Amino acid sequence: MSERLDIHKTYKLYIGGRFPRSESGRSYAVTDAEGRFLANAAQASRKDARDAVVAARAAFPKWTAAAAYNRGQILYRVAELLEGRRSQFAAEVAAGEGLPAERADEQVARSIDRWVWYAGWADKIAQVLGSANAVAGPYFNFSVPEPTGVVAVLAPQRSSLLGLVSVVAPVIVGGSTAVVVAAEDRPLPAVTLAEVLATSDLPAGVVNILTGSAAELGPWLAAHMDVNAIDLGGVEAGSDMHTDLERRAADNVKRVVRAPLGDEPDWAAEPGLRRMSAYLETKTVWHPMGV
Amino acid sequence: MSTWDYAPAPESRSVARLRTSYGMFVGGEFGDSQSGSFKTVNPATEEVLAEVAEAGPADVDRAVAVAGRAQQRVWGPMPPAERGKYLFRIARMVQERARELAVLESLDNGKPIRESRDVDIPLVAAHFFYYAGWADKLAYAGVGPDPRPLGVAGQVIPWNFPLLMAAWKLAPALATGNTCVLKPAETTPLTALVLAEICQQAGLPAGVVNVLPGAGDTGRAVVTHPGVHKVAFTGSTEVGKEIARALAGTGKKLTLELGGKAANIVFDDAPVDQAVEGIVNGIFFNQGHVCCAGSRLLVQESIAEELLDKLKLRLATLRLGDPLDKNTDIGAINSAAQLAKIRELSDVGDAEGAQRWSPPCELPEHGYWFPPTLFTGVSQAHRIAREEIFGPVLSVLTFRTPDEAVAKANNTPYGLSAGVWTDKGSRILWMAQRLRAGVVWANTFNRFDPASPFGGFKESGFGREGGRQGLEAYLDV
Repeated sequence: MSERLDIHKTYKLYIGGRFPRSESGRSYAVTDAEGRFLANAAQASRKDARDAVVAARAAFPKWTAAAAYNRGQILYRVAELLEGRRSQFAAEVAAGEGLPAERADEQVARSIDRWVWYAGWADKIAQVLGSANAVAGPYFNFSVPEPTGVVAVLAPQRSSLLGLVSVVAPVIVGGSTAVVVAAEDRPLPAVTLAEVLATSDLPAGVVNILTGSAAELGPWLAAHMDVNAIDLGGVEAGSDMHTDLERRAADNVKRVVRAPLGDEPDWAAEPGLRRMSAYLETKTVWHPMGV
Repeated sequence: MSTWDYAPAPESRSVARLRTSYGMFVGGEFGDSQSGSFKTVNPATEEVLAEVAEAGPADVDRAVAVAGRAQQRVWGPMPPAERGKYLFRIARMVQERARELAVLESLDNGKPIRESRDVDIPLVAAHFFYYAGWADKLAYAGVGPDPRPLGVAGQVIPWNFPLLMAAWKLAPALATGNTCVLKPAETTPLTALVLAEICQQAGLPAGVVNVLPGAGDTGRAVVTHPGVHKVAFTGSTEVGKEIARALAGTGKKLTLELGGKAANIVFDDAPVDQAVEGIVNGIFFNQGHVCCAGSRLLVQESIAEELLDKLKLRLATLRLGDPLDKNTDIGAINSAAQLAKIRELSDVGDAEGAQRWSPPCELPEHGYWFPPTLFTGVSQAHRIAREEIFGPVLSVLTFRTPDEAVAKANNTPYGLSAGVWTDKGSRILWMAQRLRAGVVWANTFNRFDPASPFGGFKESGFGREGGRQGLEAYLDV
């Protein structure tokens, strides 16, 4: 029997639960850490970014209204499906990040566990960040965290899966929706993650994933008036680009998560609450007490 | 039937201990500025109250430098419990001088003495009391295992609640171990300077609190100063955006409390008399100079006529006049510029086809005044339904279904507050969940408390003031 020829995957965008090519018709070559060709990825355009924001906004009301228990179950389901495709992710991470198989697999394992960690937070974060407030008067007064809305995420450029999961899960666990620009040179795990999300009960549009250039797409997302928050982790801290994006984000008072100074953070460390609270607004409700 | 008129009941102006000139407060001492001075005016009479030092760039440099030293050498290293005791002391001294502060506030701002006496000043003391207790309990605040102060806080505050905003800014910043450079608004600098004197009398170490009076240029110099690590601003959305742009790339932590265009929603089962009081309190409290004012009344169509009749009857009983008179409900507009803005937007309301109504109301001859006003026949597209007027002007819109009420209430770039009036508990919670606003008042409006987090969604800003949540703005966590 002659040697069988592999079927290569076409890597596309993920917008509103569908897998379109870029409307611009552009693609770019993705190589492994040694510079060998891996695949052609879709190169998202400004129009794709805007379509993704529309999809994320459309998905927001239902996702934010979903029970926290339900959101937690869906995040856990993502972990289950990721586990089932562990070897595929490990191969993509190994190729893109130039890691030995064992370390790539460790990255995947940590990514799965990160979904589980956040899944568990869904119905607890309100108890930790919310409060009953003892006001000086006959009022019942309580505060609850509520999702910010649509969040643009410029994903980390190095850690193509664990970093990605670590910045996307905290957005959606609290009820916000996301438009993600994947690591430009290492986008393949992000596209495969999109395939996992598409089959995981996560409603269409809650996470939208674009492949392409953060430098090209970032300015449009930072200035977009229907985006409520932006994570700038995919651009270099202290760079002119970072400053420019911060400035654009002021146009509609976006919540800005700045890129960390220095190297990318150690994504293996326990995340803490900061990324979740960055996309949560405190809402305080008053009601008089009386008979 | 005989008419019983109100007799004037003015609060004594001498209580304010008004001086002819006020210096700026830097490094624990009052002093003049090289950059000159400006006049602050009583908006109810247009008389000049005092000459106030105007801080220039050199003064900002000096204040930031002493604040930085005080933070590193004294206030930061101080045992937190001791820091807290200073704040308790300040709270007590505010209470002791409450009457003086209330009269001075009404003179400088134009707000009725009833409000400065019963709302502003008691809340100032309460804020210091509340955050005083947090100083040595930060590890329990749930913001992180090792919360640390940020350094020097540059704080710019508005003229609508001059001393209260100073307290909202200073109390949490000091409790968390930061030192402060505070810039009060140019039309209302006086009470912040008396608070500085209280800090001095309380023995607060020099440089921990610095108060720099001035206008926009002074504020810009404070927030952009490289020695300032944290910026907190309360004011217009426009200036808030400017500050956010100016701070891009600096790494400074920023919190913004900006404008609003709150919907006050009245359902057909609401207790109407209480709702009328809530509407009045929502938009005419402090002449409507309130970022969270209920400036859009959304009333269910079936009761609109009845509610408006009652509302108009109630408005006719509001007493407008001398802010120092204890009977006064509506005081003076804070400045000529603000009055011009209110007039302009109200004229736009006329021009766009809404119907203006005000009760018969005699305006004093001098000073800046605007009668309580409501517009009916307002559509969502009208500027008076979209833009913050920041005055005693209510836009009335109607709705039929709860879904429509939510859609209209949320149809704004702002998201600071909202009101809901209904007798149905489940509907209150359903509405509260859907309203995209940082504060939801149900069957009440415009309530404030230091334990209650305050701040906006969307373009109304980010970060919270008040409560445990208010600590995070001043901590590196």
